[in-house]
Amino acid sequence: MSTHLQKRYRRQRWFVAVSRVTILLALLFLVGLIVSIVGRGWSGFFRGEVQITVALPETVLENSGKVRASVYKKLIHKALLTDFEQHGITDAGSLENIIGFQGALKLRQLVRKDPDSIGRTITTWLPAGKFADGYLKGDLSTQTLVELQVEPDLIRYFEILDRSNKGRMVFNWSFFTLGDSSQPDTAGIGGALAGSFYMLLLTFVLSFPTAILAAVYLELFAPKNRWFDLVEININNLAAVPSIIFGLLGLAVFINLMGVPRSTPLVGGMVLALMTLPTIVISARAAIKAVPETLLAGAMSLGATRMQGVFHHVLPAAMPGVLTGTIIGMAQALGETAPLILIGMVAFIHHIPAGPMEAATALPVQIYLWADNPLRGFAERSAAAIMVLLAFLMIMNISAVLLRKKLEVKW
Amino acid sequence: MAIRERALLGVLILATSMAVVTTIGIVAAILVESLRFFSIIDPSSFFFGTLWSPQIAIREDQAGAAGSFGFIPLLVGTLLITLISLAVAVPMGLAIAVYLSEFASSRTRGQIKPILEILAGIPTIVYGFFALVTLSPILRDLGAELGVEVAGESALAAGLVMGMMLIPFIASLSEDALFAVPDSLRHGAIGLGSTQLEATARVIIPASLPGIAAGILLASSRAIGETMIVVMAAGIAAHLTINPLEAVTTVTVQIVTLLIGDQEFDDPKTLAAFALGLSLFALTLVLNIIALHIVKRYRQSYE
Repeated sequence: MSTHLQKRYRRQRWFVAVSRVTILLALLFLVGLIVSIVGRGWSGFFRGEVQITVALPETVLENSGKVRASVYKKLIHKALLTDFEQHGITDAGSLENIIGFQGALKLRQLVRKDPDSIGRTITTWLPAGKFADGYLKGDLSTQTLVELQVEPDLIRYFEILDRSNKGRMVFNWSFFTLGDSSQPDTAGIGGALAGSFYMLLLTFVLSFPTAILAAVYLELFAPKNRWFDLVEININNLAAVPSIIFGLLGLAVFINLMGVPRSTPLVGGMVLALMTLPTIVISARAAIKAVPETLLAGAMSLGATRMQGVFHHVLPAAMPGVLTGTIIGMAQALGETAPLILIGMVAFIHHIPAGPMEAATALPVQIYLWADNPLRGFAERSAAAIMVLLAFLMIMNISAVLLRKKLEVKW
Repeated sequence: MAIRERALLGVLILATSMAVVTTIGIVAAILVESLRFFSIIDPSSFFFGTLWSPQIAIREDQAGAAGSFGFIPLLVGTLLITLISLAVAVPMGLAIAVYLSEFASSRTRGQIKPILEILAGIPTIVYGFFALVTLSPILRDLGAELGVEVAGESALAAGLVMGMMLIPFIASLSEDALFAVPDSLRHGAIGLGSTQLEATARVIIPASLPGIAAGILLASSRAIGETMIVVMAAGIAAHLTINPLEAVTTVTVQIVTLLIGDQEFDDPKTLAAFALGLSLFALTLVLNIIALHIVKRYRQSYE
């Protein structure tokens, strides 16, 4: 008898243990996900810089306003070669690997800002080229460089830079301000951030008022008949329709039929608004339902019409819940990718959009584009962009929780 | 005053009808384009065809100029990945739900639930990125170690990650269903001498089974319609296979692939995306309607 009972309890302990392991696995996955993304993406926020002493001869830079960047590149490479002689380096392969086009652009900028420097020799920090950048950020170890069959002299030069403190790592602010680029080192999320901003703004403006009015009608005015059931089923189903279907709707109706310009935050915002609408309606209805009926009855007994009672008393009381639902809906819209691909927001756009009518991309779409790019360095950018996206989502969700805690009224 | 209120009521009704208009818009848009597709391509060759290769012919008179639009490989690929994801998410999600609702202290619950909510709030593009850059290489290396060949874009990688995405979804829906079971059933079972596990397994889970089933249906509908994970981690070429180690493609991947460039609305390739969209919409709609119906009926039975 007692052994049988022990067996039954043992089974229960087994189940509890297995469940705990399951929870642990889910947690481990979450940790693994975040570690893998941060581990890959952190270096996207930094860039390497190399200190260089470069001569700026008057003869070459006479007309400094018109001098092309390639001329500056030649000057930089000449300076590098001088430095090589001092250290006895003969064959370091392509000098672009140490300071490339980005460095030349930066030098040109410096000279234009300070024309007096022409004719002198200046010492300055310039953005590092491909391999130097990876080496200075610790992405490429000496061993990896050997495996990549980089010239031994180049590796030796990197080590010299390290020893003489002529290489450093700085925060890459331009990652937030630059638009997309075909080269990873000049690619930034500035354009994607602007596109996502316009789109979310539009989504909010379109869906928030509509959703609130719909929720008010369904909870407080609509007669509970067959039509009501139909609309309710319809909204619940709409919330579960795959997001890619909304992309098809946007493509066929907004772009093809109504002629809204493709690839713009305008059409993106319209599609996302339709998508978030049911989410906000459902949470707004729950918030309105939680307000006790006595509030409306009290207002009406004091002479308010039903409309006044609803808009002056019930709705303000339900607002914290409505806003929480809205923020969560907006967070979903911010992370949505698939419908935006269908309405052409995957086009390569270098410039940063100045308004919702200009072609743009969005942050999650940028992540997708970079993740798909086989060029070395883009996966790192993609992971860095994911970190920015997750940071935004975290801020939104935390503010939703705080809002609920701060404003929620217990009835 | 009355006129103003009446006008306001009109505005409310108008706002509410937006949701209905959206549904009508979706159905009309994909139906019209699908009908145009089926006027070019025979519906039976679409629904029963086993070859999917929608290339554009270079010359008009070339053999198979319109490409081949067989839906079956896409459906099989979609279902394969969905099954893998459910195989991960259903046992894990259920175990978590049962543990949190029946065994865990309220403190543990309070700690675990927010973490699950974080998992639920991560955009699918992030899961897709993880599947592409982290999990796929791991699986490939693991396969090489064991001497089996795992494709770079295997159904397994996409399915596993999608399963992870669905865990919080199934856990929270199942927990709602378990929570709805009245305490009198728990007390009755335990009063008759069953252990807590026996009460859970023989009384509470059976009592909440419709709700759990609805949750699984909703999760399948999400898995079928999920796009970014499969776009990044599953393949593009259509292979008719049920081997999870091979690359398969899905309905959503093909919609994206067909529409990613410039679209010509008289090209069967563009229209095919809408026919795929129609199939996807119909499939998920049926699952959603059944699930929501079960949830609604079931909720009433205990209230």
